[in-house]
Order: sequence, then C-alpha cells, then structure tokens
Amino acid sequence: MKVVVCVNHVPDTETKIKVAPDNLSIDKTGVNYMMSPYDEIAVEEGLRIRDKFKGEVIVISLGGEQNKETLRKALAMGVDKVVLLKDEAMRDSFGVAQGLAEEIKTIAPDVILFGKQSIDFDDAQVGTMVAEMLGLPSVAVVVKMDIQEGKVVCQREIEGGHETVETKLPAVFLAQKGLNEPRYPTLKGIMAAKSKPIDVKPAAPAEVRVETLQLRKPPAKNPGRIVGTDKSAVPELIRLLHEEAKVI
Amino acid sequence: MKILIFAEQRDAKLKKSSFEAVGAARSLASQLNGSCVALLVGSGVEGIAGELGAYGASRVVVVDAPKLARHSNSAFARVIAEVAAKEQAAIVILPASQMGKDLAPRVAVKLNAGLASDCIALRVENGDVIATRPVFAGKTLLDVKVKTPVKIFTLRPNVFAAIKTGETAAVEKMEVPLDDKDFTSTVTDISVATGRPDVTEADIVVSGGRGMKGPENFHLVEELADVLGAGVGASRAVVDAGWRPHDEQVGQTGKTVSPTMYVACGISGAVQHLAGMSSSKYIVAINKDKDAPIFQVADYGIVGDVMEILPELTAQLKQSLGK
Repeated sequence: MKVVVCVNHVPDTETKIKVAPDNLSIDKTGVNYMMSPYDEIAVEEGLRIRDKFKGEVIVISLGGEQNKETLRKALAMGVDKVVLLKDEAMRDSFGVAQGLAEEIKTIAPDVILFGKQSIDFDDAQVGTMVAEMLGLPSVAVVVKMDIQEGKVVCQREIEGGHETVETKLPAVFLAQKGLNEPRYPTLKGIMAAKSKPIDVKPAAPAEVRVETLQLRKPPAKNPGRIVGTDKSAVPELIRLLHEEAKVI
Repeated sequence: MKILIFAEQRDAKLKKSSFEAVGAARSLASQLNGSCVALLVGSGVEGIAGELGAYGASRVVVVDAPKLARHSNSAFARVIAEVAAKEQAAIVILPASQMGKDLAPRVAVKLNAGLASDCIALRVENGDVIATRPVFAGKTLLDVKVKTPVKIFTLRPNVFAAIKTGETAAVEKMEVPLDDKDFTSTVTDISVATGRPDVTEADIVVSGGRGMKGPENFHLVEELADVLGAGVGASRAVVDAGWRPHDEQVGQTGKTVSPTMYVACGISGAVQHLAGMSSSKYIVAINKDKDAPIFQVADYGIVGDVMEILPELTAQLKQSLGK
C-alpha cells in the first residue's frame, strides 16, 4: 500500500498573530512554527496503514525552505520519504492543490491523506481540490477509517452527528481530531531524521485565483463589564441579557 | 448577472444557513444589478422550494432524484457545476457547513473558479466583490478578491442575516443525468444526536473549561444549555483530559463558533480558545480569576466560583423563562 500524506508548516496555536508592515502577511518575528495539528493526525494514520498493510508512507509539503522542519518531524515520526515542493512565494489554496496534484500523479498512491484544514489560513480547500483534480473520491472530516477488502468505510463528522461513508481506493481522506492520537517522535527517531534526505523539487507553477488585498487585526472589542463577584450578581446578569443585549 | 446559491437541507428541512446565503446573495444582487437563484438538491424536496422564495430567492431550481437522498460530494458537486454553467452564474454561494465545505472545492475545480472560504462579510467595491474571512482562527482578518470569471464563496453560518421577504419565487425542476460513476462515495448511514444543537449552528453556546473541576460536574453546563436551548461546547484542556468528546471542542483546533451568545464557564481564555469564539455577538464569562483573558473579550462577566454561580443562573433563568 502506497500512502501519501500532505502536510503544512504553520504558526503554533499559542502564538499571537501580528500583521507585518506590508499588511499582507504576518510578522514572523518570535513566531514558533509546527506541523499543522490535523496534518499530524494524517501522518499518524498513514503510519498505521503502512504498518498494517505494508508499503511506504511519503510525506509532501509545498512551501519554502522552513517547511523542512515539519518534514523532519514527519521523518522522526517514522515515515519513509519526504518531498519538499519548493516555492517561497505565497500561493492560494488552488495553487497549492495544483502543485501537490502534479506531484501525487507521478507517485500514484492508494491512499492520500490530508488534515481537515491547515490551521493558518483555514481554507479547508486543498485536500478536496486535489481529489477533484485527480478524479478521485474524497471523504472529509474523517474520525474513523477502516480499510477493508475492496472498500473503505469511514465515519465523518457532520453538524450534530456522523455520516458513515463508503468509498474505494485510491481515494483522498481528510483527518479530523479523534481519528487517532499522534505518536511523539522517539529520541532515536529524531536523531535518525537529521541525516535522512529531503527530496527538494520546484513546485509546479500556479496562477493566483484569490488575491490577498489586506490582512488586518479584527476590530477591538469594547471592554466588558464585571457584573459581580458571587451568585448575588445573577439577577443583574439576567436583566442585562434580557434588556440590554436582548439575547434571552 | 446571476448569483446561484446552494441551499442545504437535511431530511427535507432547509438549514438556517441556506436562508442566510439567500440573504447575502440578495444583497449582492441588488448592488450588482443581478438576480439570486437558489438551487435545491435532494430527494422529495420540491415541497420546500417555496421557502427559499420567501427569503428572497427570485427563482428556485430543484434537482430532485431518489439517488440524491443522501450526500455524495462527487454527485452533488457535479449537479451544482452543471446548473451553474447552464444558468451562467457569475457567483456561486454555499454555506460553510460540513456539506458546503465538502462541495465548494470540487465545484471550484470544475468551474475553474477561485474560492473564498468561510466568509464573514461580502461587500461590493467598484463592481468587485471583496470578501472578508477570518484566518489563523480569527486572530486576523483577510480581505480577498476572487479574480476568476466565476467566483465562489462559502459563508460562515450564523453571521449573515436571513431576512423573510414573503415573496414568491418561480420553482423550476431541472434534470441532471447522473450514473453510478458520479457517486464515488456514498453515505450508508447517518447518526444524529437528538436534543442539543451543534455548536456551529446554535444561537447560544454554553461551554465549560477546567474550572468545572471534573467531568462529573458538566451536568451543570448541560442544564444551563438545556434551559437556553443551547449547544454545549468545551475548551481544549477538558477535551484533551478526556472529560468531553472532541466534537464539542471550541477553538483553533476545534470548532469556530459565532452564536448570538457564548457563555464561558470556568474557561480562562487561552489564545487558541478565544480565536474560536471571539466573533460571538455577546460573550458571558464566569471565572474565579479576575485576570483571566476571557474577561478581555467578555461583554458581561462574573468573577466568582462557577460551581456556585451556574446552578443559580440555571434556576433563575428557568423561572424567568417559564421552564
């Protein structure tokens, strides 16, 4: 079984995001980066599939030189090969999907995994676009996946519940939290990852379809009001919610 | 100029986000001198088409077939793309629901269109639609312009206004031929928890954090939620601790919510949690630490013991709401 996992390198969730002076990008000073958390779940699932069915896991990331850090993490977790599709320029999701689809085409994997969305631009577009570009089935927001003889049975999250979805390989799956608990790389894994090769290639070119006009801070909220310090404040809170906010 | 909106329904009941999409499309249509056409896809759904007219769609196209009873992203995307092409729609709008997010990227590839996801505002500037979307889970906002001839937008639920106009729309059935290979994935079963609404769709969300002290105390959160008809959410800390299920997690690595009111119970307000809920219209926080970051975004706060205040709030609300 050949498994491809696509991963992105993103600012840590605990990071406060500041807008850079160009008003188009974020200020990278002091920002820690990591593998996007849903992508980590996708890598873990890839490793489990490989361990069960034999084969290999290839991890691909499209982006700049800094994405190597996330690829090293994937190596440390135990994947077989990593590829950096290099492009230092910003791309929209369509452009990322185009670059990835071109590379995946040459690998012809059975299973292609993504995180359900990258937690930087939160587009939730790339995985499903790649599936459409390659003419493959896709299942998004997967919390359970079971590869059986001739079919794959998944559970995907929907509002207030789950859908059971059946499809056939080759197919694309978008991992959601709950699918598995990603492993921590071992010290041995981390050391070994340092000397493993990263295959670097230029990403296939793409045109811009969605143009960034401005990145800006959300409007500041007016400071709220402390209604009280114990349960005697409850009637006043209810009055405010009813008369001022009119939400109840 | 036509704007096509995909109206999502489940069990022949239209989602509120579908009416919100019609509202947004109608507002764009009036600025761009266009019209708003709603597309309803499913099996046995023709009867609800009129409701879309009542919210402002000027025409409703219905693609009704037994095969379309359940979601299949490949088939539904094909239907949307074919109808959009036939109607020569310049703009396609879908709700940024789990279904909409599963369809829009496929429709975008089929129509060679740029897609802006999860928009919270659309405005017209010199004839162009400028979309605002929260990025980094709402820590910043991004204004974008889609440059392709056909433009696709998905809209965050609970943000755009659904406005009942009471008008009547022409309803028209359309056939889109589909064979088995158009269904590359099929839904074989749906399990929906009854009772509380999902946090992404709820008007009110009541969330609990570490201040609840343990999973055994979450009934206090649930009881308040039930009095308010609210969804139940949780912070990452309590989900990671296994107190609550993943699908309740609100925040950057959970769900992003924009309810009318968000009640944070015993949640300190880590950056990644604030990112997921700070676009709520009103925020109420109950926390014993007066310096907790949650109070910086809260409209109303009570600095005190959540275990003591929650039951009191529930009891008094029950009384004043007559429940």
